[in-house]
Amino acid sequence: MNQAIASPSYNEDVVKKFVIAAAFWGIVGFLVGVVIAFQLAYPVLNLDLEWTSFGRLRPVHTSAVIFAFGGNILIGSSLYIVQRTSRVSLFGGPALANMVFWGYQIFIVMAALGYVLGVTQGKEYAEPEWYVDLWLTVIWVMYLVVFAGTLITRKESHIYVANWFFLAFIITVAMLHLGNNVALPVSWFGAKSYIAWAGVRDAMTQWWYGHNAVGFFLTAGFLGMMYYYIPKQAERPVYSYRLSVIHFWAITFLYIWAGPHHLHYTALPDWAQTLGMTFSIMLWMPSWGGMINGIMTLSGAWDKLRTDPVLRFLVTSVGFYGMSTFEGPLMSIKVVNSLSHYTDWTIGHVHSGALGWNALVSFGALYFLVPKLWNRERLYSLRLVNLHFWFATLGIVLYITAMWISGIMQGLMWRTYDTLGFLQYSFIETVEAMHPYYVIRALGGVLFLIGALIMVYNLWMTAKGKTRNEAPIALAPSASSAGN
Amino acid sequence: MQSLLERNVILLAIAILVTVSIGGLVQIVPLYTIENTIEKVDGMRPYTPLEQAGRNIYIREGCYLCHSQMIRPFRDEAERYGHYSLAAESMYDHPFQWGSKRTGPDLARVGGKYSNEWHTEHLIDPRAVVPESIMPGYPFMATTPLNFDDAGEHLKTLRAVGVPYSDDQIANALADLKTQATGENGDGDVEGLQSRYPNVPLGDFDGNPDQLTEMDALVAYLQMLGTLVDFSSVDAKSIER
Repeated sequence: MNQAIASPSYNEDVVKKFVIAAAFWGIVGFLVGVVIAFQLAYPVLNLDLEWTSFGRLRPVHTSAVIFAFGGNILIGSSLYIVQRTSRVSLFGGPALANMVFWGYQIFIVMAALGYVLGVTQGKEYAEPEWYVDLWLTVIWVMYLVVFAGTLITRKESHIYVANWFFLAFIITVAMLHLGNNVALPVSWFGAKSYIAWAGVRDAMTQWWYGHNAVGFFLTAGFLGMMYYYIPKQAERPVYSYRLSVIHFWAITFLYIWAGPHHLHYTALPDWAQTLGMTFSIMLWMPSWGGMINGIMTLSGAWDKLRTDPVLRFLVTSVGFYGMSTFEGPLMSIKVVNSLSHYTDWTIGHVHSGALGWNALVSFGALYFLVPKLWNRERLYSLRLVNLHFWFATLGIVLYITAMWISGIMQGLMWRTYDTLGFLQYSFIETVEAMHPYYVIRALGGVLFLIGALIMVYNLWMTAKGKTRNEAPIALAPSASSAGN
Repeated sequence: MQSLLERNVILLAIAILVTVSIGGLVQIVPLYTIENTIEKVDGMRPYTPLEQAGRNIYIREGCYLCHSQMIRPFRDEAERYGHYSLAAESMYDHPFQWGSKRTGPDLARVGGKYSNEWHTEHLIDPRAVVPESIMPGYPFMATTPLNFDDAGEHLKTLRAVGVPYSDDQIANALADLKTQATGENGDGDVEGLQSRYPNVPLGDFDGNPDQLTEMDALVAYLQMLGTLVDFSSVDAKSIER
């Protein structure tokens, strides 16, 4: 015990488990994504079986990448960071932390099994049925106890900025989860339930949840990661404390209002749509405030981008964050949305955020964590990290450009009139026109998956304590001479 | 202020909860209190037990991931799909199925546009009917018996969350389900069904009179979508928004 005060022994065992789970579910999620992308290009791949159709596999993909891959790296990171920045071990000891870990994995498996077997609530990103929702509620409360308990028992006077974001993530996700999933089971022994809300009210509640799953799961939580890993990897303090305070409270307040931009021109009352659009546009500013804070942390350390591919992952992810949070407000403007809504442009937007921001920052986090957790001097191979970076980036570029072009094409084709005043294209012609883009998108996904497999190999070898015999990534000649 | 919050976890947590609660409250609560949120139109009725069973299959298969049920008030959408959707038309939908993607066409008013045979063929093998289609095939539905013996329980649960099913409708749920799928050819109480559910489409939906299948239920659901409100009787002013 005395020893713990002198040099606290952190609970790294549970963080290791989260790291392994994140890598595992990441591969599963990307793989299912590639499969369903090919299904859209070649429908025969649905196999005419109920368990393998697009409609059942798509929630497996979205839940696996968001809640399983994203969730594990997020919870694992938060538990790693909260110990380091509070200088205490996890509250509740190893047992409680392990319960959070295994409970969360059981949640993932229960949800995914349900989807394949046709058990779903039919609400996007909130598909799990009532019994899975209840289970997750219990696990989430335990997670809050571990995290907040650790903060309360901290040995630092101030709560570090990353932890504000993690706390907002945990609290808000709990609120959204409870609000959106109020349901009455048909029988206590069956999976089926009916949601308490109906029609337009259910739509508003769903997108209040859905958009803020983006806002607080995929943004606030991942910003917490950014605020720790980038300063650490760059060995520079956060660019501006003041900016992080403004960034935090503005994001927390404004994000919640943005939900109705998913419901433009629907039967949702106009006043709600206008509010959603207005706040979505306002969100642009704090989002870019956060991006600037992340990128400018590199002030005076820009040269590291050339030699440190891990930092390159982290910084590129923040670049994509900036791009997506510019595109988002743009698409929330009603006239733009009238074209983009219902098309694959939305899918492209989502993936520039999900692949470019969430996945790249997660890869950076994994490369950061594995050598530290397994007590290795360095990664197995920085050149493989570099290779992964280019596979991932190229995959993203193929994906999002294919979806932008085809999405806008699709939206325009739906509304094109011929010279006689008739609709120019039947719906099925617009489906046919998508085919080449669906193929390109799927290939982009394949590249992204290959990159992730390279990462898993690299991390595996690192954990085993191997180092690859390779030339260091040197500065380019002109750069090194400029440095002199 | 910030320096206080930065040192006190409980205060920080409360401040966060208050900050994130405001937007949701402002946007959701008025939908229950402002009266014209859901238009008052004639013709809306709860789903029949067979339609609700079909709707549950629609949800189970994730149809909403590629098909919307929400027509926007644009000229091209009116020509393609029909009158823009009203909030009233999904007032009994638990959950709503407006969707967010049109990989396939909107289905809000697909009811009555195609024959039962077309739907059955199309669901079994989409490319037999529409060669360029990328929809998955659902051949198993034509042979899977419909499992809805607890139809009454489903209606009861729906009533508990706000759908105005009568005692009569709940008591007759299973009989109504079978009657709708056999129509005039069966020995069910067709008149009773029609009095409980005006405008109910009748018949053997999947073309196989020997068996009540999942296909029967799904096609029955598709065939009633968007057919309840008679727009010729709706005053345009009253639904303006």
